[in-house]
Amino acid sequence: AENEPSWETPCTELLVYVSSPDCDGFPSLDSKESYNLSVSKGSMLLSAETVWGALRGLETFSQLVGRDENGTYYINETVIVDFPRFPHRGLLLDTSRHYLPLKAILETLDVMAYNKFNVFHWHIVDDPSFPYESSTFPELSKKGAFNAMTHVYTANDVRTVIEYARLRGIRVVAEFDTPGHTLSWGPGAPGLLTPCYMGKAPSGAYGPINPILNSTYQFVASLFQEVSTVFPDFFLHLGGDEVDFTCWKSNPEIRAFMMEMGLGEDYKKLESFYIQRLLDIISSLGKGYIVWQEVFDNDVKLRPDTIIHVWKENARQYLNEMANVTRAGYQALLSAPWYLNRISYGQDWIEAYKVEPLNFKGSPEQKALVMGGEACMWGEYVDVTNLTPRLW
Amino acid sequence: SSPTMGRAMGLAGLLLGLVVVPAVLVSTSLRHGAPRTEAEAEPSGWELAAGAVPEDSLWPLPQRVSTYPRQLQLAPSRFQLVHGAGSSAGPGCGLLQDAFRRYYEYMFGHSWRRTRGRRPLAARAEPELLQLQVVIEARDPGCDRHPHLTSSEAYHLTVTEPVAILKASEVWGALRGLETFSQLVHEDDYGSFLVNESEINDFPRFAHRGVLLDTSRHYLPLKSILTNLDAMAFNKFNVLHWHIVDDQSFPYQSISFPELSDKGAYSSNLIYSPTDVHLVIEYARLRGIRVIPEFDTPGHTQSWGKGQKDLLTPCYKGGRPTGSFGPVNPVWNTTYDFMTVFFKEISSVFPDEFIHLGGDEVDFSCWKTNPEVKEFMKKQGFGTDYAKLESYYIQHILDIVSSYNKGQMVWQEVFDHKAQLKPDTVVQVWMANNYAHELSSVTGAGFTAVLSAPWYLDYISYGQDWKKYYSVEPLNFPGSEKQKKLLIGGEACLWGEFVDATNLTPRLWPRASAVAERLWSSSNVTNLEDAYKRLANHRCRMLRRGIAAEPVFVGYCAHEAR
Repeated sequence: AENEPSWETPCTELLVYVSSPDCDGFPSLDSKESYNLSVSKGSMLLSAETVWGALRGLETFSQLVGRDENGTYYINETVIVDFPRFPHRGLLLDTSRHYLPLKAILETLDVMAYNKFNVFHWHIVDDPSFPYESSTFPELSKKGAFNAMTHVYTANDVRTVIEYARLRGIRVVAEFDTPGHTLSWGPGAPGLLTPCYMGKAPSGAYGPINPILNSTYQFVASLFQEVSTVFPDFFLHLGGDEVDFTCWKSNPEIRAFMMEMGLGEDYKKLESFYIQRLLDIISSLGKGYIVWQEVFDNDVKLRPDTIIHVWKENARQYLNEMANVTRAGYQALLSAPWYLNRISYGQDWIEAYKVEPLNFKGSPEQKALVMGGEACMWGEYVDVTNLTPRLW
Repeated sequence: SSPTMGRAMGLAGLLLGLVVVPAVLVSTSLRHGAPRTEAEAEPSGWELAAGAVPEDSLWPLPQRVSTYPRQLQLAPSRFQLVHGAGSSAGPGCGLLQDAFRRYYEYMFGHSWRRTRGRRPLAARAEPELLQLQVVIEARDPGCDRHPHLTSSEAYHLTVTEPVAILKASEVWGALRGLETFSQLVHEDDYGSFLVNESEINDFPRFAHRGVLLDTSRHYLPLKSILTNLDAMAFNKFNVLHWHIVDDQSFPYQSISFPELSDKGAYSSNLIYSPTDVHLVIEYARLRGIRVIPEFDTPGHTQSWGKGQKDLLTPCYKGGRPTGSFGPVNPVWNTTYDFMTVFFKEISSVFPDEFIHLGGDEVDFSCWKTNPEVKEFMKKQGFGTDYAKLESYYIQHILDIVSSYNKGQMVWQEVFDHKAQLKPDTVVQVWMANNYAHELSSVTGAGFTAVLSAPWYLDYISYGQDWKKYYSVEPLNFPGSEKQKKLLIGGEACLWGEFVDATNLTPRLWPRASAVAERLWSSSNVTNLEDAYKRLANHRCRMLRRGIAAEPVFVGYCAHEAR
C-alpha cells in the first residue's frame, strides 16, 4: 500500500501498551512480569499486563538495538514472548560488615535492572555495625553504627532506596536478623542481649537476644512496628540463622527458665520459643516473613506461607534441603550455590550458571513451591571499593 | 567468645589519628561469610584504640624504629618540607620539589586548615615542628638520573623539635623517608596534626621489589597505570615490570615498526604511544620506580604476527601450511634482523639498564611440524631436542640486547632449558611447584634470581589471602650465604586474563602490600596480628590518598572511598 512505510524509514516509536498499570503501586511476589515485544516493518510494540512487565520489556528492547559500522542504529524484525521462570530473583547486600554509601546501593539497583533482578534483599544490620537510623530507637545507630554521623542510613536514604528500586520494578526486602547476629544492637538497647557468664559472674561479653525477658518482646514489637511501616513490601526477612547457644547456656537465669518451661537441655526449643513469638508479632503487623533455613531445620512452628531461605552449602546437600522444605509444604528460596562473596580464580560464573534449582526429587507441586533464589554478596571482604566488579 | 563491644562504640577519633582503627569484631559466628577460625584470630578494634602506638601505622615496617611519647604539633599553614643545609640537592632538584608538594598534600590534603586561619581556640601545649629538612649526602644526589638496582634507598629520620631531619645518600632514600614521615603524622580527636618524637634508620632488605602489570590480556588506560605507580610508592615498591605485549594484543606503538600496534592492538585507541610510554617512565622515576619492559619471545607472540609478516613460524599439517602460526621463527635470518632493529628501539626508549626478554612457555608443537625448522634441527645436530632450538634463539636475542649495553631478565625456563646466559642475567622464578628448589639451582649456578612463584596475585581466593603472601620467606631454600645473596628480590604478579581497569586496584591492593613488606622489612617481622593492625591502617590511608584498595576484613575507615 502506498502508505506503508519503507523499510528504510527510521522507526520512530516504540509503543508501550500496559493493560493494568498500577504505576504508583509497589511490585510484589505475585506481580506479573510477562511482556510481548514485536518489531516489524512500520511498527514496534511492547505490550504487558503490568508496568513491571513493561520495564522488563524495555530492558530487552534496549538490548536489541544495534549500531552498524557507520554508526546507524538498527533493530531486527523480532517477536519476543517473555516471562520469568521464577518470580523471586534477588540479590543480597550486606551493609553491616562494611557500610555501603547510598550511591553504591543505587548503582547496584541499576545493574540489577539490567539483569532483570526484582528483589533487593537488604541485610542491613548484623554483629559489626547497626547503620539503620531508627526513629523509635535512635540509640541503636547512635551507639551501634561504625560512625553515627557518617556510616548510617537516614530515613531519607531508606526512602530513596525503596523508591529508586520501585521505579525499576525491584522489591526491597529488609532483613533484621535475630536472635543471633545482633551484637551491634547491644550498646543502643541495654538489656536486650543475653549477658554471658563465666562461672557465677557475668563475663562482660554478650550473646544473642535474651529470649526470656518480656522487655525483649516489647522492644522487638516496637522496632518491627516501625520497620513494617518503613518498608512497604509484604515480606520481611527475619533472619534466624547461626544462633550460638553457648552464651544462653552460660546464663543462670536462662538455665532456670529452661527448667521452668520444661525445655530440658534442648536450646533449639528456646530458639523456637523466641522465633514463634517473633513470628506472631510480625503476623499481627500484617507482614509475611522469610527466614533462613535453620528456623525450619530446628523445628520451629511456622505459618504455612513462610518462605524458607536455603543457604547452607555442603557438597550439594542443599538440594536435599530444598526437597525437605518443599515436601513440608513451605515455599523455598535458593542461595546456597550462589554465595558470590566466595570468590575463586577463573570463570566462576560458569558454576553459578550451571545450577539447576529444581534438580531434586519431588512432585511437581513441591517444585512449584520454589519461588526462586538470591545471589548473596556478604560483606566481610567487600565495600564500595570492590563491590561492583566482584558482583558483576 | 564474644568481644566487648560496649562503650567504645561510635568513638571515631583515636590517638592514632588520621587513620581510624577499623572496628574488627569477632561475631558469634561468621559462617555466613568468613569461616569461624578466621574470625577468632582477629583482635577487637576497640581494645586496640586505647593502646594505639605510632608504629601501628607504618607499612612496610622500617628496619629500626624508636618512637617516644613526646609529641610535636604541625601547623599545616606553617609546616614545610625543605632542603637542609649541606644537602647536595637544592631547589633545582625537580624530583625532590615534586615530592615535597606531593607529600605535603598527602599529609594535610584533606585539611581545610592549610591557609592561615583563626588562632587555635585551645592551643595544645606541645612544641611545634616547623620543618622536615631533607639532606642528600652523596655528591651526586641523582635528581636527574633514573633509579637502578644498586641505588641507595637507605635513609635516617630524626623527628624532634624544632625541625625534623631526613638524611639519605641519594634522592631515592629521601623518597622512602618522606613516605615514612608521612605515615608518622597523625591527627588527634580535635583534628590537630601530631607526630611523635622518633628516630628511624631504614633500608630495604631486598633491592628488587616489583609489581608486574599485564597490558596485553587487557589494555590498561594510562590513568590506571599511573594510579598504580602512586600505590606502589606508598608501599616502597621500586620496580614496575611492564609485561606490555603478549599473544592477545600488541598495544606498544613502535616507531620502527608501526604496523605491530596498527594490526596487533585490540583497537586503534587501545595503544601506548611514545608519549604515553615516556609519561609512565618519568612518573615512575619521580617515585623512585624503575620501569622494566618485557617483550616476551619466542612464545607469547601471536599478536606480533598480525603486523609483522614472516616473523612467526607457519604451522604445517600434511605437508601444507595450516594458516596458523606458532612461536617466533628461529631459523630465518630476517627474524634476527627484525629483533636487532626492534630491540635497538626498545633499548633507547626504556632507560633502565635491564630489559625482560621473557622466554617462558614455548610450545614446540608448531616448530615440530615446520619443514624448514626440522631441516635446521638436523643441520645443527639438535636431534629432537627443541629446547636446544629455543636456547639457540634466546642466546641470539641475549647477544643482540647485550650489544645495546642492556642487561637481561628472563623467565626460569630459559635457565631450565640450559641456554647460555650472560653472567649478570636475572632469572625470574615463577613456577609454583617446588620453587625453593629452583632458587637453589639458579643461585647455585651463580645467577641472580627474582622470586614471583608464591606471589601470583591474579590467583584470587576467598578470605584473607594476604596472610599467605606475607608468610613467604624468600630465603627459605637450601643454599650457601653467597647463594642467598643472589636472590635480589621479588615481584607480585597481576596477570591480566581476568583483570582490567574495572577491578585492578582493589584486586592488587592491599594484597600486594603484603609482598611489599616481605621484600622491604627485616626477616623477623612476621607477626600476623601486628601486621593485620598496621595493614588495616595502611589500607585506610591508601583510600584517603585515592587508591581504591579493598578491605582487609570487617570494619570501616573514617574516610571511605567515594
